[in-house]
Amino acid sequence: MRTRPPLALVLPAALAALLVLLPLAGLLTRTPWARILELLGKEQVRQALWLSVRCALSATLLALLLGVPLAWVLARLPFPGRRLLRGLVTVPLVLPPVVGGVALLLAFGRRGVLGPLLEDAGAVPAFTTYGVVLAETFVAMPFLVLTVEGALRSLPTTPEDVASSLGAGPLRVFRTVTLPSVLPALAAGTALTSARALGEFGATITFAGSYPGRTQTVPIAIYALLQDDPPAAYALSAVLLLVSVSIILGLRGRLR
Amino acid sequence: MRRLLLVLLLALSGCSAHASDGTRVTVLAAASLTKAFGEEATAYERAHPGTDVVLSFAGSQSLVAQVQQGAPADVLATADPATMGAVRGELEDPSVVFAHNELAIVTAPGNPLHLTSLQDLTRSGLKVVLAGPSVPVGKAAAKALTRAGVRVTPVSLEDAVTGVVGKVRLGEADAGIAYVTDLGGGVGGVPLGGTRTDLAIGPLTGAGRAFVQFVLGAEGQAILKKHRFQ
Repeated sequence: MRTRPPLALVLPAALAALLVLLPLAGLLTRTPWARILELLGKEQVRQALWLSVRCALSATLLALLLGVPLAWVLARLPFPGRRLLRGLVTVPLVLPPVVGGVALLLAFGRRGVLGPLLEDAGAVPAFTTYGVVLAETFVAMPFLVLTVEGALRSLPTTPEDVASSLGAGPLRVFRTVTLPSVLPALAAGTALTSARALGEFGATITFAGSYPGRTQTVPIAIYALLQDDPPAAYALSAVLLLVSVSIILGLRGRLR
Repeated sequence: MRRLLLVLLLALSGCSAHASDGTRVTVLAAASLTKAFGEEATAYERAHPGTDVVLSFAGSQSLVAQVQQGAPADVLATADPATMGAVRGELEDPSVVFAHNELAIVTAPGNPLHLTSLQDLTRSGLKVVLAGPSVPVGKAAAKALTRAGVRVTPVSLEDAVTGVVGKVRLGEADAGIAYVTDLGGGVGGVPLGGTRTDLAIGPLTGAGRAFVQFVLGAEGQAILKKHRFQ
């Protein structure tokens, strides 16, 4: 016969589940569903949604273009300092986003290390949409690098070795053998990265400011609207919650 | 385990101390009052030994939203009476105007670009920050710009005057519209004549009344004058 599960574990577990579920339920019950289309149609809201989609997609694309090669280098290319680099490039995962924003300012801001160079080139990213993409990529790319690099490292290298011995060049091996075998990890990493980019707030508002249509993404619009149009803020929050839930559902099984 | 619980209980009891238990006065004040109210609090604590003034600064519209969401506080001071109007029902006594301020163009120290009028803010390539349309200083700036017939395209809309001043002080923006009381202290600039603003204060609890009276009294007013409020 099964023994009864210990209350000392079940009780805190129930509290933990409630702690997560209650706020989500609270948001969904307070969302003005009847007016949601009208609220989401407001200009500031529409601008924020469209901007967020564009920026999150660009940041995800940038993270794929740069992050996958980085993951490959970290997993396959032995070089001194690799372990250190592997650790450092994932720092944004645990770095408070606002600190990321300050760091970006000090690197790419007008008074930053690269500031004069960027100013001469007329490409200072602070307060621009391109600054938003930069901030989102900084914060989100480590999710992709970590996921893909982990998959690459646990992959047996035999198929790659066979392909090379049959005369395939390294780039062709990467494209036709390596990449297809880490496709599930790549998909999971992409989903996590885009979700993180979509939700980015602290680094973005610190580095790029807040201007409707240019740098005011959905999270920043929610923060601004909570002060002068709470129902619109609830509606936008519900949208982001639904997006997050869909991503988790899409990832089900992938993350186990 | 038992020790852990004890620590947890102590931590919780620390958090739940009520805003108005007689020895603690919680004051929500507009960001533009940061320095002045810091001094008001010190002076009030000196005049009322054993009393602890807890200050929280943010854009007035953000403070009002906090009060509407039930934030425990005893006093609310906003950068304009209109913003205060949204929580009229929460006030113990009607709010009163307790000080005046004036808008100013804020720039890098010494005003290296010689920005002296609203018209100057339209120079091409100039990065101007303003406060958002629900922030008192943003509202006042928009009114002044409209009256002057000047159209400015800001690079960012901040949620408090401190955000405007901060971006200018960092050098990320060339100029912003803030208050005369922000001039000096890392930024230069010029006052914008004829843009007087009113600051309002009101008690949210009975315990907040004494602090409001203090700010309205001779000592409180002298502190505000010292910080260039009128």
